[in-house]
Amino acid sequence: MSLAELICPAGTPAALRTAVDAGADAVYCGFQDATNARNFPGLNFTPQELAEAVAYAHAKGAKVLLALNTYPPAGKVDLWRQAADTGARLGVDAFIVADMGVAEYIARNHPDIRLHLSVQAAASSPEAIRYYCENFGVKRVVLPRILTIPEIRQIRKEIPCEIETFIFGNHGLMVEGRCSLTNYLTGQSTNLDGVCSPASDVEYVRAEDGTMASKLAGFTIDRFGPDEKAGYPTICKGRYTAAHRSDGYYAFEEPISLNLARLLPELIDAGVHAFKIEGRQRSKSYVRAVVSAFRNAVDEIRAGRTADIANLVALTEGQKQTQGAFATKKWR
Amino acid sequence: MARKMNKANGYMDTGAQKTREINVEEHSGLSARLRLPGQTGLARLACLAVQPLLTRVVGRIAARHPSLFARLGDYRQADFLIDPVEFPFALHLRPDPDDLVFRAVPRHLDMKPVAVIRGRFLLLLELIDAEQDGDAAFFSRELEITGDTEAVVRLRNALDDVDGSIAQETAAMFGPPGRAILSRLRRNYLD
Repeated sequence: MSLAELICPAGTPAALRTAVDAGADAVYCGFQDATNARNFPGLNFTPQELAEAVAYAHAKGAKVLLALNTYPPAGKVDLWRQAADTGARLGVDAFIVADMGVAEYIARNHPDIRLHLSVQAAASSPEAIRYYCENFGVKRVVLPRILTIPEIRQIRKEIPCEIETFIFGNHGLMVEGRCSLTNYLTGQSTNLDGVCSPASDVEYVRAEDGTMASKLAGFTIDRFGPDEKAGYPTICKGRYTAAHRSDGYYAFEEPISLNLARLLPELIDAGVHAFKIEGRQRSKSYVRAVVSAFRNAVDEIRAGRTADIANLVALTEGQKQTQGAFATKKWR
Repeated sequence: MARKMNKANGYMDTGAQKTREINVEEHSGLSARLRLPGQTGLARLACLAVQPLLTRVVGRIAARHPSLFARLGDYRQADFLIDPVEFPFALHLRPDPDDLVFRAVPRHLDMKPVAVIRGRFLLLLELIDAEQDGDAAFFSRELEITGDTEAVVRLRNALDDVDGSIAQETAAMFGPPGRAILSRLRRNYLD
């Protein structure tokens, strides 16, 4: 049976308390290092902060999931092992992992703590998911954002673990965990260092005519008109000219956010156990607004009523939203 | 040191740590401003008038929320220019717990801040209080940042980890008149 758990982001202890108070069933977070995919400046938790956060969440009946969802470079696994040991000591309820070596270490050394397979593992077929379940005891898979609801329903029938899907936030259709675009320009890796478009390499330059250029490592990756909505400075959502398109176009993806508010009943019916809200890098304001809206929606649906979905478009990237591949593979 | 792509030859190379100095005049922001006769003098007078208030406010906040400095890392000694577009002056912040600076400065003061954060005053206040989301304000173009983006991200994350309302704390320092002014400002902003 689908529990329709609400899995919510927290980049700081204050955001975690905000998420819990707004009705999160579980909150996911990470340490202040490369062990997680939101290794951003000034973000994340010290071990002491995580200890206090776990106590706060547990006192209010919420779980804490620790993201260890990056890939250790060869021969440098100690940081990930230490993070797992620290998380276990502090009483986290599950680890979110992508790397098989990290999964194996936790399965051997902390077998009583649940393992969730991160979207960064890009496991999108029953065969791939079953491999992680059978070899590392994975209890839940976070599916990549490339599957339709009928496909999710079919996968659910063929795997022995729970399914978690993103329902709101960043919409990245790259093969997750494999993207090297940031690495190509900055030398830092989304998957190894946890930094997509590191802030130290980002610059915004405003021209006298009101246009704003978004630059990464000195390369202009987009230019917004004076009244045009902006997006994140990521290469995958940059606008480029090409031989066949001299006007500048979104060659990979568009600045747009996922919002599956209206698909929640179908996702529950398809057997999705948990709904994930993206945005550990976002503010308490975002966490409060989005978690509250989805808490209300899920509760209404569970009670057999039609959910009154709050308008969250103001919080979306580029102030545009999509149901992406969940609705159709022809979404662009 | 991170490898960088050399724009000239297309190969990866190593480069020195970037240092950015931004000219405030070049980043005039959400709307270009004309400097009217006497405006600079007026701005200086306004700065003098509000300075005791700013000193008191920032000292109180720093004392009540010492943990926010840790998230700033090496940027505790950085100079930020916060520019409320409708004010006759800007605000210079150096969030150094040992030598805290928060002062009103003429917008066109010759200084080299690490970053400039520009928007309407109430938007900036709501961002500090986590009543507004910084990314959303940036997407909408109501918030403009220039200079060292890491500095701004660190400052944002540090302030976002503060529980409670800095605006309300500030208003409460001045009793019922302070709270009334804050309430009036928020009503005007929403209108």
